[in-house]
Amino acid sequence: MELSTVWFLLIAVLWTGYLVLEGFDFGVGMLLAILPRGDKARREKERRLMINTIGPVWDGNEVWLLTAGGATFAAFPEWYATLFSGFYLPLFLILVALIVRVVAFEWRGKINDDRWRAWADRALVFGSFLPSLLWGVAFANLVRGVELDADHQYVGGFFALLSPFALLGGLVTLSIFLTHGAAFLAMKTDGDMRERAASFAARSSVVTLVLAGGWAVWAQLAYSRNVWTWGAVLVAAAALVLLVAATRTRREGLAFGASAVAIVAAVVLIFGAMFPAVMPAFDPANSLTVDNASSTDYTLTVMTWVAVILTPIVLLYQGWTYWVFRKRLTVEHIPDHIGLTFERVVARD
Amino acid sequence: MDALDLARWQFGITTVYHFIFVPLTIGLSPLVAIMQTAWYRTGNERWLRLTKFFGKLLLINFAIGVATGIVQEFQFGMNWSEYSRFVGDVFGAPLAMEALAAFFVESTFLGLWIFGWDKLPRKIHLACIWAVAIATNLSAFFILAANSWMQHPVGAIFNMETGRAEMVDIGAVLTNPTVLAAFPHTIAAAFLTAGTFVAGIAAWWMVRLVRSGDEATACDVYRPAVVLGLVTMLVSGAGVAVTGDWQAKLMFEQQPAKMAAAEGLCESTEGGAAFSILTVGDLNNDCAGVRHLIEIPGLTSFLATGTFDAPIRGVEELQGEYTEWITTWEAENGVEPTIDESTQFYPNLFVTYWSFRLMIGLGAGSAALALAALWLLRRKGSVTGKVWFGRLGIAAIATPFLASAFGWIFTEMGRQPWVVAPNPDPSGVDGVWLLTARGVSEVVSPGMVWFSMIGFTALYGVLAVAWFRLMKRYAVEGVADTEKDPSPDNPDNRPTDGTDRPLSFAY
Repeated sequence: MELSTVWFLLIAVLWTGYLVLEGFDFGVGMLLAILPRGDKARREKERRLMINTIGPVWDGNEVWLLTAGGATFAAFPEWYATLFSGFYLPLFLILVALIVRVVAFEWRGKINDDRWRAWADRALVFGSFLPSLLWGVAFANLVRGVELDADHQYVGGFFALLSPFALLGGLVTLSIFLTHGAAFLAMKTDGDMRERAASFAARSSVVTLVLAGGWAVWAQLAYSRNVWTWGAVLVAAAALVLLVAATRTRREGLAFGASAVAIVAAVVLIFGAMFPAVMPAFDPANSLTVDNASSTDYTLTVMTWVAVILTPIVLLYQGWTYWVFRKRLTVEHIPDHIGLTFERVVARD
Repeated sequence: MDALDLARWQFGITTVYHFIFVPLTIGLSPLVAIMQTAWYRTGNERWLRLTKFFGKLLLINFAIGVATGIVQEFQFGMNWSEYSRFVGDVFGAPLAMEALAAFFVESTFLGLWIFGWDKLPRKIHLACIWAVAIATNLSAFFILAANSWMQHPVGAIFNMETGRAEMVDIGAVLTNPTVLAAFPHTIAAAFLTAGTFVAGIAAWWMVRLVRSGDEATACDVYRPAVVLGLVTMLVSGAGVAVTGDWQAKLMFEQQPAKMAAAEGLCESTEGGAAFSILTVGDLNNDCAGVRHLIEIPGLTSFLATGTFDAPIRGVEELQGEYTEWITTWEAENGVEPTIDESTQFYPNLFVTYWSFRLMIGLGAGSAALALAALWLLRRKGSVTGKVWFGRLGIAAIATPFLASAFGWIFTEMGRQPWVVAPNPDPSGVDGVWLLTARGVSEVVSPGMVWFSMIGFTALYGVLAVAWFRLMKRYAVEGVADTEKDPSPDNPDNRPTDGTDRPLSFAY
């Protein structure tokens, strides 16, 4: 196999890691606006319970995105340059969302004040909702193809990125992540929250099955460059059906596994539908492919060594982190607020 | 303003902003690791209290450091896509290595450290913060290797057919003499920043407690922190000076125009070049009318070469040399000309001249303060209640941050007009250079860059205010009166009635 093809696969693996792991982080973030119930104090406890299910791991999950970006730069500089300068506005919006989300996680509990927490919660919901939608739009555009000129520059403008197929792709990632996040919460919590998350997943999985199944068949029929990606469509469909069944029968581990497999199959479909292009153009002559967009063999060889040595180690210690924090959480586990207020209540001197 | 100016402003704003928080994280994570190690080794609760206190400040800072860093990974492709096409084969590798080797370790083990106080044995938990400390420093190495390659390209060739730089030797890229000097300089500056931060806050608290009659806490908890901070400042201050001198000598060889601009040298000198401390006149890229008021004879020559009487080339001579060199090479190789008679081969004189002096002045001032403070506290167990000492400690915190910012402004703006500066050494990297004007994205309209620049700047402005208020609020709260050992090694933490305890930390 050519090294450039190996790197195409590796970048697909990095995106898979990002979307599977951050997928439920985004889901939990969006569900902050949906799941909590009860009086004010109770809702606050439940929100903190939800945030703390992903507390120790969300930052490590987000690095998969930075690595996918860096790896694209190293292995396919042309792809990196065309994609990021071409999808300028959506990327800017995603970056803004990620920025506010990061500081909201870390700063939310630092000040013990309802209004401060309300701002942090808005940032978490917004910062989870927007990328969930926009990543789908971006990937659907890659599958559909974009307008590139002979120099491989994107010349389509912003509104060309908002075709019905692309917008449906955004709804697909949105609903998959919501379901994935709810399945994760059902697996990681106990008590009321577990029940509520599970019943949400049971309902949203049906919506996901319809949206994602429809989009996958549309993508395959209209845009896929390869017949074998029918396999990915079938696996995705089977995983989504299993997801619906597992959430109905409250088999939490199986449900989470099924939603993860559905996301993996979606990535395989997206990347498989493009191959051998990395960024298909409406005029196939202008497409960026694994051949004309890649770095030199020397660079790819160096990077392959680095990736082959380091990626398993990363998976090992990230897996260990999940093991360390494997216990289910309940609202009883959430300690009282220890944040300060901006005004000192007791003067020390 | 056209897209080029806007893209330069945007990169400048976002990078300087990112680097407000970076040095504190790089320097403070090892200092917190040292505090926790002291607690682990001695069992003295004071170190646990200090670890928790400075750990909170580290985390407030870490969040915004991460948030501002995300943008950098994508900004090359967004605003500088032509640059990315030209250098991606070389420049992308250290970036990807940084993410794989350092970012993953940092983020994962920081999560373990924050939430693992009551889940992990003491030894493993301590190893987590050390992993974070080492990874933050490792990530600095990779990104500096990438930046140093822009200042002094090595290990690459220019491919005539594709018009791209191509990597031929990763070892050369990672052992570029430029990065071997830039890395220790940046790390020393980061430790100076964190040392000043720890010493300043602890000094303010020490004075406050002595004045309110609580000498015991001042002596027991805050004095060790002050001393740790001051010793860090002294050692790293010396490190900054030594590595800075080493960098200056490299810069003289590798980027002579940067050196000449830093000194406001218009005409080449016959003998030794003086170092001017104060210059009047219009430095706005016009050599006429510049008057150096205060000068130290021969110092510039000494900084550049180690001898006091070496002649230094001024910007006028360098302008001619560069023009001839690049025109000749391009003509000989049949490459499309990238320059014309209007291309200016030296940077903005005003910015480089003053940022260079501010960097040195602020950095040296910080280290001098540390020496004076250590003298004041030289007797074992001595504390002070002098108000000026505490105020000076707080005031000093800002200096290394500013020195770091000016140092980077000097380094980066001194590189202009190049985004990849030509390597003057005839070592086979001919053709690997790129004008900044040719690196900017062609398909991004000025309106788009305006939009994103205003967006980032406004968002960053709001977050900076929040960051400052949080840091101040937590510093003013001070070290907790007691901290109990939360680790599972502690027999008190074993549940007796079979029920789960609440988490020791939750967001």
